[in-house]
Amino acid sequence: SNMKLILIFGALIGASLCLETFVGHQVLRIKTKNEEEVKQLQLLESLEHLELDFWINPSAPALPVDVRIPAVSVHSVKAFLESQGIEYSILIEDLQDVLDKEKQDMDESAQRQRSSSFDFGAYHTLDDINAELDHLASEYSFVEKIQIGESYEKRPLYVLKFSTGGSNRPAIWLDAGIHSREWVTQASALWIANKIASDYGTDDSITSLLDKMDLFLLPVANPDGFVYTHTSNRMWRKTRSKTPGSVCIGVDPNRNWDAGFGGPGASSNPCSDSYHGPSANSEVEVKSVVDFIKNHGNFKAFLTLHSYSQLLMYPYGYKCTRPDDYAELESLGRAAASSIRSLYGTTFQVGTICKTIYQASGGSIDWSYDNGIKYSFAFELRDTGRYGFLLPASQILPTAKETWLGLKRIMEHVRD
Amino acid sequence: ELPPSHFSAARAAAVAVGYLRYLRGGPGRGLELRELRRARRQDISDVGHKYYLELELEDVSDKDRTVNCTAEVLYHLGNKTSAPDVQVTVQGELRSTEEADKQFYNWIRSLEKELVAENIPDSHGNVPPELEPIHLLAWVASGYVIWQNSTENTKFHLAQVKHVKQVKRSDEDLQFDFVVLLHEMVSQEVLPWEVTLLWHPQRGARVSQ
Repeated sequence: SNMKLILIFGALIGASLCLETFVGHQVLRIKTKNEEEVKQLQLLESLEHLELDFWINPSAPALPVDVRIPAVSVHSVKAFLESQGIEYSILIEDLQDVLDKEKQDMDESAQRQRSSSFDFGAYHTLDDINAELDHLASEYSFVEKIQIGESYEKRPLYVLKFSTGGSNRPAIWLDAGIHSREWVTQASALWIANKIASDYGTDDSITSLLDKMDLFLLPVANPDGFVYTHTSNRMWRKTRSKTPGSVCIGVDPNRNWDAGFGGPGASSNPCSDSYHGPSANSEVEVKSVVDFIKNHGNFKAFLTLHSYSQLLMYPYGYKCTRPDDYAELESLGRAAASSIRSLYGTTFQVGTICKTIYQASGGSIDWSYDNGIKYSFAFELRDTGRYGFLLPASQILPTAKETWLGLKRIMEHVRD
Repeated sequence: ELPPSHFSAARAAAVAVGYLRYLRGGPGRGLELRELRRARRQDISDVGHKYYLELELEDVSDKDRTVNCTAEVLYHLGNKTSAPDVQVTVQGELRSTEEADKQFYNWIRSLEKELVAENIPDSHGNVPPELEPIHLLAWVASGYVIWQNSTENTKFHLAQVKHVKQVKRSDEDLQFDFVVLLHEMVSQEVLPWEVTLLWHPQRGARVSQ
């Protein structure tokens, strides 16, 4: 009878150990024929000391019941089922074997990933990107990974420093991903980092550049937003900071710089995608860069990557007047656009932010320009709207390669 | 005369492309702006601003082919609730899509369960090949929405098809209920929009109100 069997099971408690592995655990599939059998299984289910783990709980006769049984109870449960005439089959003979195989597969896959090169032609998670930064820093003596601050959600802001020597050499700044949904920018920045690191010593231009100047590259300027685009909303643009008094989250980090802050082209509404924030530099992601650049004191160029629209822009955005260096910046911009076009025919429009895209206050290159960094350019990479933010991964490498030619042209000018 | 790189010319061009996609697009034809060749603006007192554009377009299914058009886009003064008036003249012939349209029509009609799909393209920019015609119909539907809702201060692009559901009809049209995400460049907002599109191989597309 049931009572007798329950007592038998009860006696087994003493014998059960607290195991962390699943050696000898079996998973059975039980086929019930009627309500009576379902009730039997529900009774079994209620015996907590058996530590039966129902993957599909008993509910109706027509539905199978899957249950994981700890090793010590396997024999008894089977005896019980057989005595009641309840049909079952063995889905998994030994669960630990299955888990071991799965772990082995995963380890092999991870091993393949580690020893083979990083796939620059694919989109990656923040963790994978950070791992690659470590890899580059360890691979090349003149590449160093430094942390310039932390995001709102306490993620490190990692910058790659390319320096072949000297002391506080004149430097170039390059950032990507300040707007997190612009995925081709973080991806391109990684490729560019690898390109510069691997071609130093063989490519004349890169070699003479790094022999005279330092390069600082921030591939993921908005890591909180970037993670959010992976986990929750692919179209997220802003930071993830909380605004007191509002249910809406985030500040547009490219309206938060101290250049015409709060002026036209930025919203005072926290729910807007171009919300400028409560004050200039309120966003730690922005402040960290500002402080780093000010403390360094010797930056000559400030370059930032966005997508999409295929534009190459220089200041100003917060006002529609030309910068003092208009002629030189326009000419250099055109030369860079020409270099970009030379590879695949991709055309970039050149001009001030205000004339080319819209008036927008609080932008990064306006700040850098007004703080003495003459060569301040903002790139909007591929495409022009066909895929927009969702640029197919197959276009990452062509985009990175052509963009690099434009950046190189500018850097060469700065160097000379 | 406006430099083609000027934002107001680019915004008017986006309206013209949206309008053209609505009029001439289909499951086998997606028109994309390749280049804005020339732009002029005329301020008509008490009426509005009229843009005269010369555009070079490409058919995404046949990228080596380009087609030239001229367009006129009139934004009405003050009255922000009325859509811009658009006229487009295509020079030459657009490639025929009769075969592809018929195939697509028959395929959809043969489905036992109504077609449902989401996130086209996906986060990585991928579109499964069998869903490309649906993607292009979303361009048609969003082309209408973009045309109807544009002003001189907006520039819309289709960011993603969030959701599409086919609805079986008793007549011969195909009906697709879309939720599209439109990216508005000036405010940078990404806004969801519901739009229902009816399509027939001979009769073409129309947005149902």
